[in-house]
Amino acid sequence: MKLVNARTGWSLLLLLALAFPFMAGNDYHLTVMSTAYIYAIATVGLNLITGYTGQFNLAHSGFMAVGAYTVGILTVDHGVPFWAAFALSGFVSAFIGFFVGLVSLRLKTHFFSIFTLCVGYIMFLLIEKWESLTHGTVGIVGIPAPESIGPLDFSEPRTQYYMVLFFLVASLWIMHRIVHSLLGRTFVAIRNGDELAQALGIDLMRNKLLAFMLSVFFSGMAGGLYAGYVRFLGPGVAGVEHTFDMTMYMLVGGIGTLSGPLLGAIAVPWLTQYLQFLQEYRFVVFGPVLVLLVIFLPHGIVGTWLNRQRRKAAQSAITPTPAPRLAAVPREKGARHA
Amino acid sequence: MLEIESLSKRFGGLTAVNDVSASFARGTINAIIGPNGAGKTTFFNLVSGTIRPTSGRVLFDGRDVTGLRADQAARLGMARTFQTTALFDTATVLDNLIVGHRLRTRSTLVDVILGTRRLRDEERICREKARAALDFVGLSHLEARVAGDISQEERKRVAFALALSTDPTLLLLDEPAGGVNPEETDGLAQLIRKMAKSGLTVCLIEHKMDMIMNLADRILVLNYGEKIAEGTPAEIRANPAVIEAYLGTEYA
Repeated sequence: MKLVNARTGWSLLLLLALAFPFMAGNDYHLTVMSTAYIYAIATVGLNLITGYTGQFNLAHSGFMAVGAYTVGILTVDHGVPFWAAFALSGFVSAFIGFFVGLVSLRLKTHFFSIFTLCVGYIMFLLIEKWESLTHGTVGIVGIPAPESIGPLDFSEPRTQYYMVLFFLVASLWIMHRIVHSLLGRTFVAIRNGDELAQALGIDLMRNKLLAFMLSVFFSGMAGGLYAGYVRFLGPGVAGVEHTFDMTMYMLVGGIGTLSGPLLGAIAVPWLTQYLQFLQEYRFVVFGPVLVLLVIFLPHGIVGTWLNRQRRKAAQSAITPTPAPRLAAVPREKGARHA
Repeated sequence: MLEIESLSKRFGGLTAVNDVSASFARGTINAIIGPNGAGKTTFFNLVSGTIRPTSGRVLFDGRDVTGLRADQAARLGMARTFQTTALFDTATVLDNLIVGHRLRTRSTLVDVILGTRRLRDEERICREKARAALDFVGLSHLEARVAGDISQEERKRVAFALALSTDPTLLLLDEPAGGVNPEETDGLAQLIRKMAKSGLTVCLIEHKMDMIMNLADRILVLNYGEKIAEGTPAEIRANPAVIEAYLGTEYA
């Protein structure tokens, strides 16, 4: 029953996404949506290390920039076809992620976050200052559009939209596989507590490193798509504010859930669009909304809903032998942090 | 089964465990007691590989395991529980237990992405192990409950089940009856006896003397990191050094 519900939900979402270009008023809406999808891919990746494994990585946009610059540099300076460069983007990020992870994952909790914050900034500086490789502050201009595949012409907004959607769906599908497998359970065990996880025979470093590399793989791929979509790159892509944006998407939707980051990554940019008439003042609206959300829905929209569903399922499973204790003491919902 | 040879741990100038030797026989229940700060938990951490000893050796089934990491020790059959068990409170009890058997599986990322038969088989085995462990500790009826909703005593049992699902031969229990009421303590003692009867070697740290005196085959007493006595409950009860350091006259 639950599985069917989830499947119908996802199918409906996919149908909506497929129909969106025909409902969108203009190309600008398509652009907003496509960009949202690209950041959604990166956010889904960030959610693996931060949400599921519990290691709050703040260098994520740096890795997105690595993927983007992989495509930018290879296509513009070396004449490599887009698709070949794009295929590399995730792997280059994961490769660099291996070394960054090896050092940074020796640290725990906020020390890890602070360290990765610094790593992210160093990545930004490297991109900005290493002019011979990255064109510095001038940026990389004239990145070619993805080459046509058969009848699909990727210089057209609608085709581009579907291209990005394709990779988003693929990312979600792979992520679904990962988080619902033994591997995903291993990551969640680490999030619940290093000590217990290790006592259960889980090699902490190995699994954290795997989660980290997978996470930045998605980020790098999103960066590669970004390069092919926007077709211009500046060092700003690596800016830490993008990581904070993605973190906000996770918090709004529900950290450590599959659909939460997706919801956040799509809903927040649209909300920003609608609040654009307020100009800079929109943050006056945005800030308090976010604060309220974190206070009253610490598990995000999807997270809160899922927890309620799970509890309901558990209640109905135990109705034959009613437990008075459960009814008498409603437990705190944010107990994970207690 | 488990041999400890002059194990020591110094944290800077503080000697938390000082030259402790002990030996635990297969299928027995061994208690480690002592005042707060006597080094009991540190002793467990040294044996299970959570921290490395300054000197000394740990032999497990005749094999030198000194300096192995905790996850490596777990794979060799050493399981442990903690004073508090961090569970995934919004997931069901069964979901929390499935990962317990992960160390005996070999599925990798490739299996996950390709959805191989090996992964499916191993996931089934993990689920069965989790159910079996839950059944052993007498909580089968709670399998679908959300972990955050169960009682303290049930939580202790889930912690046992987690340890059992790793297929251990040695169980290290850190205050298995901490924070539960007297009747529940009796129930947990019975469960520990059942685990020993099934062939497991049990070591436990506990402050509840009534429980220990009835349950343990042998008792090791630590004080200021040093072993001050070792023996059967009757011997310990009569040992003047133990009475002086820990028990007082009530149990003498």
